[in-house]
Amino acid sequence: MIGNDRLAVRKTYKLYVNGAFPRSESGRTYEVTDAKGHFLANVSRASRKDARDAVVAARAAFPKWSGATAYNRGQVLYRVAEVMEGRHVQFCEEVAAGEGLSSSRARAAVDAAIDRWVWYAGWTDKLASVLGGANPVAGPYFDFSLPEPTGVVAVLAPQQSSLLGLVSVLAPVLATGCTAVVVTSEQRPIPAVTLGEVLATSDVPGGVVNLLTGDAEELGPWLAEHADVDAVDLTGAPAGRAMEFEREAAGTIKRVVRPPVTEPDWTADPGLSRMTPFLETKTVWHPMGV
Amino acid sequence: MTHVLEPDALPGATPAVHAPLPPYDDVTRSDAAFRAFLHGLPGVDQVGAEARAAQLGTRSIKTTSKAWAIDTAISMVDLTTLEGADTPGKVRSLAAKARQPDPSDPSCPQVAAVCVYGDLAGAAREALAGTGIHVAAVATAFPSGRASRAVKIADVRDAVENGADEIDMVIDRGAFLTGRYLDVYEEIVAVKEACEGAHLKVILETGELKTLDNVRRASWIAMLAGGDFIKTSTGKISPAATLPVGLVMLEAVRDFRIATGRQVGFKPAGGIRTTKDAVKHLVMINETAGPDWLDPDWFRFGASSLLNDLLLQRQKLRTGHYSGPDYVTVD
Repeated sequence: MIGNDRLAVRKTYKLYVNGAFPRSESGRTYEVTDAKGHFLANVSRASRKDARDAVVAARAAFPKWSGATAYNRGQVLYRVAEVMEGRHVQFCEEVAAGEGLSSSRARAAVDAAIDRWVWYAGWTDKLASVLGGANPVAGPYFDFSLPEPTGVVAVLAPQQSSLLGLVSVLAPVLATGCTAVVVTSEQRPIPAVTLGEVLATSDVPGGVVNLLTGDAEELGPWLAEHADVDAVDLTGAPAGRAMEFEREAAGTIKRVVRPPVTEPDWTADPGLSRMTPFLETKTVWHPMGV
Repeated sequence: MTHVLEPDALPGATPAVHAPLPPYDDVTRSDAAFRAFLHGLPGVDQVGAEARAAQLGTRSIKTTSKAWAIDTAISMVDLTTLEGADTPGKVRSLAAKARQPDPSDPSCPQVAAVCVYGDLAGAAREALAGTGIHVAAVATAFPSGRASRAVKIADVRDAVENGADEIDMVIDRGAFLTGRYLDVYEEIVAVKEACEGAHLKVILETGELKTLDNVRRASWIAMLAGGDFIKTSTGKISPAATLPVGLVMLEAVRDFRIATGRQVGFKPAGGIRTTKDAVKHLVMINETAGPDWLDPDWFRFGASSLLNDLLLQRQKLRTGHYSGPDYVTVD
């Protein structure tokens, strides 16, 4: 019998960049507490150079991920949901502790997050049919449009909803074929850390998702200005800074998703609203009848 | 070819070709004497060299020093294309990039040279006319060096006639590794003669020399034979220009100048892809050979992808935000 005198395993979580778990280049960490203020774990505080490395990794991963067949992407994303399901209990505990939810409400949030992931996994091979198609043009052309992923997307994840909110902003980016650099919730990063472990042990290629724990206020400007980032999702931007980030993003003509005024109810059906911002439409004019 | 073991036996009636600079003018009098000299060079402490190189790599170069280092590194780049698929058109576009590496910023310095195969030296010369940028050509059956001496000499002559003013030759690693040092020496002397005034860079291909002791010996052979530069690698073999190898070669050029008064340049090539690598090399030159070598006449980077990374870092310093590969040319 080991009993209660067993030593606690103290955790210092790391970042998830390029399929590996590096410490922050800066060596910084910060303490994360639960909703009541009790110590939970130490996590790395990502610096701008970690963000830079993450963008390099996401850019390198983009050709393969966007070039995979939509069917294959769907399979990979579904596999992520499977592995999340295997960690269901762990996610419930972390969400309950971080967000201060009752265990039943935490379970409902985790269920919704996994269901959301499955839902987006199903969308990968349907987007082209729904958003693209043949265009009726007045000329001897077969003319059709199809959506293509825009590239590297920087996501400032929601600050309140630590798992369902994160999944709701990350999964659509992946479903479209983009790669992501995510700045997680600063105060509630632990479900994101676990999601990183899930992604590392499912079939998602390294670099497709990069998770940075830390301060969106610090990292936001660097990602918004970064010339190799194609789109920014400002959902988790600090209050009052979103406009500034958007202005910085305009310098390199990024696609921008503006943050809602208050954090929305993530259980609501998102429709296509979180996928269409990260798609470019390619139209092909094919001569015919000549 | 026979190789005598008696130090003073001469190969034939005439002494070995072209004596090196004093005080080393007698070391090439016979194969055995040359071997005795080269093996008598101080041994390299490999662990120490690696530790020293790693330590120099930790120097922090920031802000204005970094800006200076980036501009200096750009001005030292030998912009290289050495592929079977090279065409005059590709060489011309490379030349355009050499003249103006960053079209969005006229203050960006030119590179030092464009490095191509000998048959394309003419295209490079034409495209670089009047710019002061050198045309370097690889020759002597690059990259393997496996051809008869007559073919190698013809290769060099051809490149010089095509307009190359710098020749990058490879040493005969087979001869070196079997201990026929004098053959290696004589070949470099013969190539130097065929260069007719063109600068000669001697590629040691350190990845094939196995030990740092060998790197030091090969460096000395190349310097004694009259090479104007010693260069680490062809870029076709890995490992190429590692920092410990660079350290040993820089010590060699430093020691050679102290002993003979002649300065020899150094060119690491292959495997240097990031600004950070380039800055580490600059730090190492400054601390090993000295600031006299911090000049495109005495130091070059053989690289192709390095230039783009230098430009990205330069843009980052200029604009304050990170740049991306969309903002530099592809090759």
